[in-house]
Amino acid sequence: MTATAFKSYRPPIIEADGDGEVLEVAMGPHHPSTHGVFRMDVALDGERVIRLKPVFGYLHRNHEKIAEKGSYLASMPYTDRLDYFCSLTNNWAYALAVEKLAGLEVPERAEYIRVITAELTRIQNHASAIGFLMQEMGASGTPLMYAFREREKILDLFEELTGSRMMCNYMRFGGCRSELPTGWLEKVKVIVAGFPAFIDEIEALLTSNEILMARAQGVGVLTPELAVNAGITGPMLRAAGVNYDIRKVDHYGIYDRFTFRVPLGDHGDIYDRYMIRVLEMRESIGILEQAIRDIPAGPIMDPKSKIRGFRPKVGEAYGRIEAPKGELGFYLISDGTSNPYRYRVRPPSLINLTVLEDMCLGQNVADVVLIFGSVDIVLGEVDR
Amino acid sequence: MKSAKEILMAIQSALPGAQVEVVLNPSPSGQHSLRIDPASALAVAVFLREDSELALDYCSNATGVDWPDKEVAEKVKVAKVVEGVEQVVEETIKHVEPGYLEAVYHLFSMKKGPVNEPGPVVLRMRTVNRTDQVKLPSLTPVWRSVEFQEREIFDLFGIVFTGHPDLRRILMWDEFEDHPMRRDYVDPDDYEYEPTPHDEVLKRAEEQKAKAAEVTQ
Repeated sequence: MTATAFKSYRPPIIEADGDGEVLEVAMGPHHPSTHGVFRMDVALDGERVIRLKPVFGYLHRNHEKIAEKGSYLASMPYTDRLDYFCSLTNNWAYALAVEKLAGLEVPERAEYIRVITAELTRIQNHASAIGFLMQEMGASGTPLMYAFREREKILDLFEELTGSRMMCNYMRFGGCRSELPTGWLEKVKVIVAGFPAFIDEIEALLTSNEILMARAQGVGVLTPELAVNAGITGPMLRAAGVNYDIRKVDHYGIYDRFTFRVPLGDHGDIYDRYMIRVLEMRESIGILEQAIRDIPAGPIMDPKSKIRGFRPKVGEAYGRIEAPKGELGFYLISDGTSNPYRYRVRPPSLINLTVLEDMCLGQNVADVVLIFGSVDIVLGEVDR
Repeated sequence: MKSAKEILMAIQSALPGAQVEVVLNPSPSGQHSLRIDPASALAVAVFLREDSELALDYCSNATGVDWPDKEVAEKVKVAKVVEGVEQVVEETIKHVEPGYLEAVYHLFSMKKGPVNEPGPVVLRMRTVNRTDQVKLPSLTPVWRSVEFQEREIFDLFGIVFTGHPDLRRILMWDEFEDHPMRRDYVDPDDYEYEPTPHDEVLKRAEEQKAKAAEVTQ
C-alpha cells in the first residue's frame, strides 16, 4: 500500500468564469445564535459562491485551560455553557468520560433519569433548530414561536428539576445530583403526550410547503463519502444517508433497552436535514414513553463516587455521546492529582463546520444563510 | 473486535518498516493507544483507513498534549576516596529529560461499527522537543475531520503540521504570539488594558461647569 493509493477529500477549486470579476464579502453575523461572533469570508462570482472560509474564535475563553486549573467537579458547570441549548447532554458526556476514567458505575434509576433528560433536551434542540432554520428562510416568526412555545414547556420541567432553565447542571460522576421532585414524572408524561400534536402542527405547516421545498431541496448537498471523511455527525450525517447513531453503536447508558429507529435521508440536502430532525423528535418521544414506563426506584448515586478529594488513578479516557448536534466527546488525562492533566472537548458544532465550504460552493449567495442554518451550531461550543 | 496489540501486528505485517508500539493505559477505561513514528505516520494512517478489516474511516477527535521538561533525580553509587579510604558512596545526580508535544487521534469505523474494544483506536505522535523541532505530519489528507482540529493544535500548542492545506491560527487572533495551552504558559494580567482619559475628562467637565456658572452670573 502506497500513500498515493487513496482518495483525499478536498473541496474543488472553482474559477470565476467569463469576465471574472470576483467580489469578496465578509458575510455575517445573521444567525440568531451567532450574535456577532461568526462570519464567513465569501468570494462571489456574480451570485455564485466560489470560495468560503468560516471565521470564528471571537467567543474563545479557553474553556479547556480553565478546566485544567480546577478540580474535576469544578468544570461540570462550565460544560453547561458549551452548547447552552443542550446543557444536560453536555453534563452527560463529561460525566461519562470521568466515569470511564475512574471506573464508576451508574445506578439503574440514574441511567433512566439521564435518558429522560437527554431526550427532552434533544426534542427542544431540534424544535428550535427547525424554528431558526425557517427564520433564516424568511419565515420570520411563526415557526420559531411555535417551536419556542414547546421549548418553554420543557424548560419549565428543567427549571423544576435543576433550578435553572438554560444552564441546567444536574449530572454528577456516578449518578445524578438529586432525586426527582415529587410529581415531576407525571408532568413529563403530560408534556410528552402532547408532543405528537405539536410535531403534526409543524409538519402541516412546513413539510409540504412550496417555499421550503423550492429553497431547501437539492440545496447544500453533502455526499455520504465526504460526510464520513470529514467527521460529520448527528442529523447532518444521517440526512446524508449514513446509518450512524452513537446511541445504537456504543450503547452507552442504557440505550440498548429501548426500541427506536434511526431515521435516514437519501439526498443530504437542507430539506433532508429538516426532515431528519422532525423524525428524530418522534423517535425521542417513543424513547421517553418507554423510559417513563420502566423507570425503577432505587439509589441515584454510585456509593464509590465522592465529591471531595476526587482523584482518579493515572490514565486517560475518551467518552462520547450522541448529543443533539452530533458526537460530543470528552478526552481526559489524569496524572493522579485532583485536576485533570488534559481536558479536551470534541465539539460537534466545530467539526460539522468543516464542510460548510463544500456545501456552499456553486450555490447562490442567498442559499449560504440557509445552508449555514441547517448545520445547527452553537458558538459557545465552536469556540469554547 | 481487535485489541491494540492485534492492530499493531496488522500494521507491522502490512508496513514492515513502520515503527509502532503499544502504550498501555492503566486506568479502568482500558483504552490503550498506538504510538506511531512521525516518519511513517501518513502511511500507517492510510493503511488504517483503507484496510478492509479495520476500515477506520472516521477520525473523531484530534488533540495535543504538552509534556514539559522533567528534572529527574537518580541515585548512583560512586566509588570515592573519603579521608584516605576508598568507599562506595551514594550520590544524587540530577538531569533534565527533554519534554515533547504529543498529538492524539481517536479513530472509529462508521462502516464496521466497533473495531476495538473498549472504545476507540488511539494514535499518538511525539515531537522531538518543545522548542524548535515541533513538526509532525498532518493527517488531514487522510481524514478531513481533523482539518480544524489540527489548526487548533497548532494554535494552542504550537505543533506545526506539515502537509496541512490551510495551517493558520483558528481561535486566537493572528497577531497572538504564544501558545496558551502549553503547561508553562503565563497569561498576562489583562489583555484589554488601555489607559482611559479619566483625569482629562474630569478637567474638561470642571472647566465647562465653571464656564456655565460664569454665564448664569
